[in-house]
Amino acid sequence: MEALGLLFHGFAVLFTWKIMALMMVGLVLGIFVGVLPGLGGPNGVAILLPLTFTMDPTSAIVMLSCIYWGALFGGAITSILFNIPGEAWSVATTFDGYPMAQQGKAAEALTAAFTSSFIGSLVAVMLITFLAPSIAGFALKFGPPEFFSVYLLTFCSFVGLGREAKHKTVISMALGLLLAGVGLDTVSGQLRMTFESSDLMRGVNFLVAVIGLFGISEILLTMEERLALRGHAARISLRTVWNVWKDLPKYWATLVRSSVIGCWLGITPGGAIAASFMGYNLAKRFSKDKESFGKGRIEGVFAPETAAHASGTAALLPMLALGIPGSGTAAILLGGLMVWGLNPGPLLFVEHKDFVWGLIASMYLGNVVGLVLVLTTVPIFASILRVPFAAIAPMIVVSCAIGAYAIQNAMFDIWLMLVFGVVGYVFKKIGIPLAPFTLALVLGSRAEDAFRLAMIGSGGTVKVFWSNGLVGSITTLAIVLLFWPLIDRVFEMFGRKPSPARA
Amino acid sequence: MANSDIEIVVEDPTAPDENSPAITNNRTVEMAVMALLFVLAVVLGWDNWRTGASWDSTGPQAGYFPFYLSVILGGAALYGLASVAIKRSEGLETFVTRAQLRRVLQVFVPTLLFCLAMQWLGLYVASFLLIAGFMSIIGKIAWWKSLLTAFIFVAIMFVTFDVAFDVIMPKGPLEAVFGR
Repeated sequence: MEALGLLFHGFAVLFTWKIMALMMVGLVLGIFVGVLPGLGGPNGVAILLPLTFTMDPTSAIVMLSCIYWGALFGGAITSILFNIPGEAWSVATTFDGYPMAQQGKAAEALTAAFTSSFIGSLVAVMLITFLAPSIAGFALKFGPPEFFSVYLLTFCSFVGLGREAKHKTVISMALGLLLAGVGLDTVSGQLRMTFESSDLMRGVNFLVAVIGLFGISEILLTMEERLALRGHAARISLRTVWNVWKDLPKYWATLVRSSVIGCWLGITPGGAIAASFMGYNLAKRFSKDKESFGKGRIEGVFAPETAAHASGTAALLPMLALGIPGSGTAAILLGGLMVWGLNPGPLLFVEHKDFVWGLIASMYLGNVVGLVLVLTTVPIFASILRVPFAAIAPMIVVSCAIGAYAIQNAMFDIWLMLVFGVVGYVFKKIGIPLAPFTLALVLGSRAEDAFRLAMIGSGGTVKVFWSNGLVGSITTLAIVLLFWPLIDRVFEMFGRKPSPARA
Repeated sequence: MANSDIEIVVEDPTAPDENSPAITNNRTVEMAVMALLFVLAVVLGWDNWRTGASWDSTGPQAGYFPFYLSVILGGAALYGLASVAIKRSEGLETFVTRAQLRRVLQVFVPTLLFCLAMQWLGLYVASFLLIAGFMSIIGKIAWWKSLLTAFIFVAIMFVTFDVAFDVIMPKGPLEAVFGR
């Protein structure tokens, strides 16, 4: 009940003209970002982050999180109308969404997608409201060994549960952790990995890396392909919305199942991509008419969209409560918090109540306003795609450069962005995942500090990570997750399959 | 589906030729990347060893944590190199075709020139040249449309970042003339 009181306080913080206006601006920019080819949620948030530097933290995070919601909504528009998934988690939406559009039911498919996005996010925000304060309260008892073991758990679960080749995830993560260590070592005051370059003394800013990895590389990849579009236009009427909404109770099981899967995979770093596919596959598996999936079934839109959005939103829970982001975009938002001098983690709930509860309240409001906005403006946003890519590409490049430069006012960062752009292009093409890199770059220095403090406290013995039940269980779980593929294989050899994680 | 149902059609006059020959395959690039990552791991490992990768009276030295990360990176890169090297050579995926590379360079080279120009001309003039040049030369869009779009976009960026949000950007001679 205390959470409800604080949430109402959060709404009170939110209801000012300035914040409401920023929320609208964020949502509109986010939908643009979601619809435009070559941009996406993480990239959009990273590029637009400099806009918020002069704002107070609450206004800034509200605007950034609304860009995130907007991008999530916008992705569905291209998936359904053009069969082009704006984000990887929108791929499953195209399976039934595009066939529905081909059958002249584009408005129904879009309404279903937006509504299920809203439901998935709402469930996850409710989870954050009631669970995050308890987790944060519990985490206040954490010391350096506990924090390091939680970081270790995050890294290990990325390696063990990720779909990519394990050595590639390890490479991505180790590279991110190493780059996080470049520059001045805050403990000893020594310079590391700078090779006598004064530019490297500042370190590698993760936002610059993100803009290059996600922005520039995406432009290069998009340009590589044929940029012709053939799609449908759609206008959503009130009657269509009513018809879809009145049928919602029929699909309650799909919605509940997908929400649970999404929340679970959002909190653990499974990610929205895995959530959307798992949501879709389970909806198909539990359906009486499996054959109709892929031919324009509305349930095939509800399931992946609910799961993806529940996952994307739930990824903010560990970020707020523990300072550990559950996704790439959450990692960028976490970086934003650090730019404003806030320290994400359990103390945030104690020291910056207005900020935390304002943010949580904005998640509710942002989703409601976002839903209304997308339902009423689909034709406008879909028509953005008429703009030729030759006009969009240089504008995105300029936006990326502005974003990269504004972070530290350094020309060196522009060159670094370009290098990361090429690295991202090559990595994406050879299957080295970028999300673990981003996460490691953000968490690297915190993980190292926790490790060093824990080791200093213990006099140099790693037994400190098993010194009590809590830290011992987290560290053991981390190691189990790291070797999960091997454990899974052993179970399979004995004829049992313990979980669908490898499915 | 009747064609009249399709309401948004965007053609791509410069689409890459689907029969364009491959420049290289994924295996070759992956091997090169793994080798480069291994070299990077060795260089970073050496630098961290030099900085201090053991323990002293105050605890782990500055290079301790990154040194072991370099070892992990090097090990994973070597594993990657070995696993790619033993991969069967038939049916390899194309990394990039000649036509695709040409299109990638059509974006990359102007971006590189834009970054160079930004140092001398400032961000806004360089942005104007990039957008107008890219639209008219690469996109074959009418020059007046290109110039107008570039001007409007750059003006919006200037008002948003420099005026409204007070974000300082690299300035060139044009801004100096206008006293900014």
